[in-house]
Formats: sequence, structure tokens, C-alpha cells
Amino acid sequence: MQHKYILGVYDDDDTLLDAVKRLRAEGYRAHEVFSPFPIHGLDEAMGLQDTRLHTAGFIYGATGTLTAVGAMTAIQVLDWPIIVGGKPFFSLPAFVPIIFELTVLFAAIGMVVTFYIRNGFSIFKPLEVVDKRATDDKFILALCCKQYSSDEDQGKIRSLLRSTGASEVNDRVMQTELLPNLFKADEELVAHH
Amino acid sequence: MHYSSPIREPLINNSRTYGDITEDIAKGTEGTPGMLWTVATAISACVALIGVLSLALTVWKGIGMWGANRTVGWAWDITNFVWWIGIGHAGTLISAILLLFRQKWRTGVNRAAEAMTIFAVVCAGLFPVFHMGRVWLAFFIFPLPNTRGMLWVNFNSPLLWDVFAISTYLTVSLLFWYTGLLPDIATVRDRSKDNSWRQAIYRSLSFGWTGTAKQWQRFESLSLILAGLSTPLVLSVHSIVSFDFATSIVPGWHTTIFPPYFVAGAIFSGFAMVLTLMLIARKVMNLENYITIAHIESMNKVIVLTGSIVGIAYITEFFTAWYSANIYERWVFIHNRVADPYIFGPLFGVEPAPYWWAYWMMMSCNVISPQFFWIKALRRNLYVTFALSLVINVGMWFERFVIIVTSLHRDYIPSNWTMYSPTWTEIGIYVGTMGIFMTLFLIFCRTLPVIAIAEVKSILKTAGDQYLAKIGNEEEELRRKGIALGQNALEDSHHHGGGHLAGALHDKNDK
Repeated sequence: MQHKYILGVYDDDDTLLDAVKRLRAEGYRAHEVFSPFPIHGLDEAMGLQDTRLHTAGFIYGATGTLTAVGAMTAIQVLDWPIIVGGKPFFSLPAFVPIIFELTVLFAAIGMVVTFYIRNGFSIFKPLEVVDKRATDDKFILALCCKQYSSDEDQGKIRSLLRSTGASEVNDRVMQTELLPNLFKADEELVAHH
Repeated sequence: MHYSSPIREPLINNSRTYGDITEDIAKGTEGTPGMLWTVATAISACVALIGVLSLALTVWKGIGMWGANRTVGWAWDITNFVWWIGIGHAGTLISAILLLFRQKWRTGVNRAAEAMTIFAVVCAGLFPVFHMGRVWLAFFIFPLPNTRGMLWVNFNSPLLWDVFAISTYLTVSLLFWYTGLLPDIATVRDRSKDNSWRQAIYRSLSFGWTGTAKQWQRFESLSLILAGLSTPLVLSVHSIVSFDFATSIVPGWHTTIFPPYFVAGAIFSGFAMVLTLMLIARKVMNLENYITIAHIESMNKVIVLTGSIVGIAYITEFFTAWYSANIYERWVFIHNRVADPYIFGPLFGVEPAPYWWAYWMMMSCNVISPQFFWIKALRRNLYVTFALSLVINVGMWFERFVIIVTSLHRDYIPSNWTMYSPTWTEIGIYVGTMGIFMTLFLIFCRTLPVIAIAEVKSILKTAGDQYLAKIGNEEEELRRKGIALGQNALEDSHHHGGGHLAGALHDKNDK
């Protein structure tokens, strides 16, 4: 199966950001943007959903806290109580360092694993790069031809890309489909189409 | 986009473009290694081998191969452990704490400093593990279900807290570092020839990073939170290392000042090591445009700050020992540490301390030497910086030696009093860890981008010399037209929609 995309290639991050805003104002949604470094405000301009990674991080961290408290209590209070330095079996101040370390450990590992899974990262999966220059010095705006299938739309998109300062406008046929992006529901845009 | 004041020194010199940045940094991983690298790696690997042989000898013959004895049970080995762990702390400080403080100069050195952290922690970990004697039973330190009658570890012990602190520190540093590397590995991947081995390897290492908007969004969120987690983590690690001493009742160790004093000392020594390595790397790998004098000066400012904190801690510790009126505490400080044969011994009227030279080595290297960095010209001088970075690392090694050996060698029973000196096996292990560290660092320099390419690109427009010069010129022009560029001018121009530069500034701030 082949998937067709229109690519706008930009030389500058600010130009690309303006282009994304302009396209959106005209009712076109950039399916994906590839950039060599993070562009601040891009996710908002594209209408991407916020990431929930931090919420996940909190849950993982809390799991770590509970694991540490639970395990230390189970071991030192229930399974094999030993008097150390005349302290109570459940001596919270002495547990604080390990509770803290496990909270951080669980949160960090959990978030990183979630990050890799949600991005679909894999060591083995074959990779089709849209444009190799996107990790160097070019900023690529990709629009999906399946979404904008009419010649009229595509023509308009091409001229919009050019007028917003794209140094090249290319057609790209991919063997693998780009992952669907997580957009916020945008009624204005839906109404336009 | 953030506005950067034109008076700030540029952090990227020579009008680099995005493409130039990729080329300059990624180039280091390509081509055949030069003679210098090959020889340096070969020497480092040989030195590492000395360490491996010394460790093998220790395991084969036992801990008796070391000079540690019943009075001085912790000696060379734990000194090296604390020294290496401390060195690691600069990497996390640069990558996490300076990220939260939004310090842009961080981007030039964070990658290499984080790598250094990981390699230093690996070296540090070897010491307590081999100190156990029966290395094959090292897993006893983890609370694992077992067949020894279900014997558990003691959660009230700072030594166990250390196990958790250091393993967490290594894991989190590794995750933080590797995740930050993904975009740069993808850059190296996309520069390599299609269907080459090189491309296949870097494709796997990059996990298929492509730099989509969603990936960057998650990447930024992850970096920020990992930085937020690493900040208290790095402070906790050396605090917990200091608990190993502070929770005991040994005079000279039983001190509440230890946690902050150890953390400041760790950052101090870590920055010295970063400077030692980066001064060489920037020269050898032609990275002067990215690791500028401004970067080096910033690091020297951190050194003067943390060095002064360490100095105050030494003096406070001494004062407290005297003021406490505790005879044992006073004994350790005056008779075992401070009393030299020339000035303080005669002054206090006591015999010289057996290790007085170690104490005064520590004082001169750690308290006096960083004070030179109050002078701007010396902060910006590469030779002075390099020399002082070495001096500080020697001094910080002596600090740990003083704390451990001078406190232990004369305990409560005078018949136990003894001296400690290292054996060749112990020296071999220490020298060997330096070889391991350098070998790992050199391999890192050839295989992965030593500077965070993506991060440097993201500060180009606010810290690149060509952009700062442009802002400077515009301001100059306005001044020539007689417009004062104060807060009033900014506000006026904003309200009236006029003023070329002021308008632009507001645009940038709004973004």
C-alpha cells in the first residue's frame, strides 16, 4: 500500500511555525511536522493534544512510594522483626531515604518506558524516514493526501506552502503510513470542511 | 522563544547555522579514528587492565592484599568510592538543575558531563562491591527472597540506603542521558549511507526517532520531569553517602554538617573533572565554537561558589569541634589533623599529627586554590583553569582520605592506634578505574555526539553570536536616533505599536 503526502520543506523554525498557523487559519491541518529540535508553541499551533506523560509519572512515583513503605513494613515489622539500636520496628525516619529513592526510580523507569511505547519506538522495526534532512537543518511540514484528496485542495495547499516561505514543496510516496496524530477536537476546522 | 539580553556573551561563535552545527558535532563520530585517539585509547585500556589484574588479585588472595587493617577498616577503597561518586555529581547538576534554572550554557557541556557521571558511578560502584571480599555474594545487599532462612537486609542502615541511592542514581542518569541522545543518534543515522551497517546500528540505537511534533512534545515533558526528579535525587545521593559517616559515633564523622558539605564538595570536584575533560575535548575535537570561554567561565563561577562552601564547611567543622568541648572531637581535629610540625603544632603545643600533610594538602587545594577564580582574567584563562581543575581533584581526593583515615587511625583505645598506607594492589585498582573511566569516555567521544546537537540548535537564535550581534546593532541604531531604550520606551512602543526593536522584543517574549 502506498501513502501520499505533500511535504513543505522550510529552512527556519519561525517560518514553519507561521506556516502551520496560516494553514490552520485556511482550514488545513498539518498531519505531521518533523523538526531537528523542539519548536516552542508548535503543538499548540498544530492543535495537538497535551501529553499525559506527567500524570503517568505521578502514578508510577506513587506506586514506588507505596511499594517501598509496604515492602519495608512487611519485611521489618511482619516477617522478621529485629530490634536495631532500640528503635521501633516501624521506624519511619529511617525508611525515608529508601522511600524517596524508590519513588524516583519507579517514576523514572515508568515514564521512560511509557515514552518509548507511546512513541512506537523499537530497535527492530524497519524505519522509513520522510526526509533525511529533518534531523539536520530542515523543518518538514507533511499533509496527508488521503485527508485532502481533491485536486483543488492539493493545489491550494501547494500554493499556501510556497507563499508561507517553503523552500521546496515535494510529493512523497511512503510505503508505511505515518502514525495518526492526536489532535484536539476542533469544531471550527470540522465546520469548514 | 525567549528574549536574551544583548549584553550576554554568545554561547555559539563563528556564525554557525543549523547545518553547520550538525556537521561540526556529528563529524566527530564519522571517519577513521585518528592516531591521537587510537594511542590514547590503547593507553587507557592498558591502564584499565592494571585495575582488572589488581581486582583479580584481590578476589583471588582476599582483602588481605590491601593495606586496610582492623583499626583503619575503611581506607583507600572507600576514599576512592566517595571521590568517584562525587565526580559524577556535576553531570546531573548540569543536566538537571541547570535545566530547571534555564541556563543556556548547559547545552554545550551537558552531554559529555552526563556521560562522565555514568562512567564515574560505574567506577565508584566497583569499590564497595570488591570491599565485600566475596564478590560473588554481592547480591546479598539487595532485599531478595532467599533460602537463608529468609534473612533480610537492615533498612535502618545507611549502608543499605546507599545501595538504593546509588543504583537509583545510575539507572536514572542512564535513562536521562540515553533519552536525550535519541534525537542526536537519529541525526547520525540520517547522515550515514543507505543500507550500510552504520545506518542499521544507529537506526536501532535511535529506536526509530524521527522528530515528529508529538515526539518532541513528549520528549520535552519527559526531560523536564526527569530533571525535576534528578535534582532532589542528586542531592540525596551524596547526602546518603555522607550518612555512612555521619550516623556513626566516630569522632570526626559524627557531624550534622556532612550532607550539605558533601554535596557541595561533590559538585566542586565534579566541575573540576568536567573542566579537565572538556578543555582537552574542545581542543582535540575542534569544538571551540560550542564550548566557549563563556562556558568555561560559568563553570569556574560554580567552582568558586562550591569551593567556598566547602571552605566554610571545613572551618565550621573545626570550630564546632572546639566549641563542643568534647575531648574526643577536639582530639581528632587538633591532634590528628590540624597540628603540623611548623605552625599549628607549636601554636597548640601538641605533637604533629601523623597525617598533617594530608590535611594541609586538602586545605590548600580546596580552600585556597579556587579563590583565584574571583579574578576574571584567571577564570577565562584556559591554562590556569586546567591546572586548577587538576589541583582541585587532588584536593578532593585528600578530603575523603582525611575524613576516613585520620578519624579512624587513632580510636578510643590507644593500643589500637596504627598507621595506614596503601599497597600496590590498592593503588593498582585506583589507577585502573581511571583507565576504565578514560577508555569509556574515549569510546563515547568516537561513537556518540559529544555535544547535544538538538539542544544547541534550539539556543542558536538566542545565544548565537550572529543573532546577538544583530540585536546589539539594532539597539545601537536606536540609541543613535536618540531613543532611550528603557522600560518606558518599551511600554510606549508597545502601546503605540511603534518602535522596531521594542516591538520585536515583545513578539519574542509573547512567543
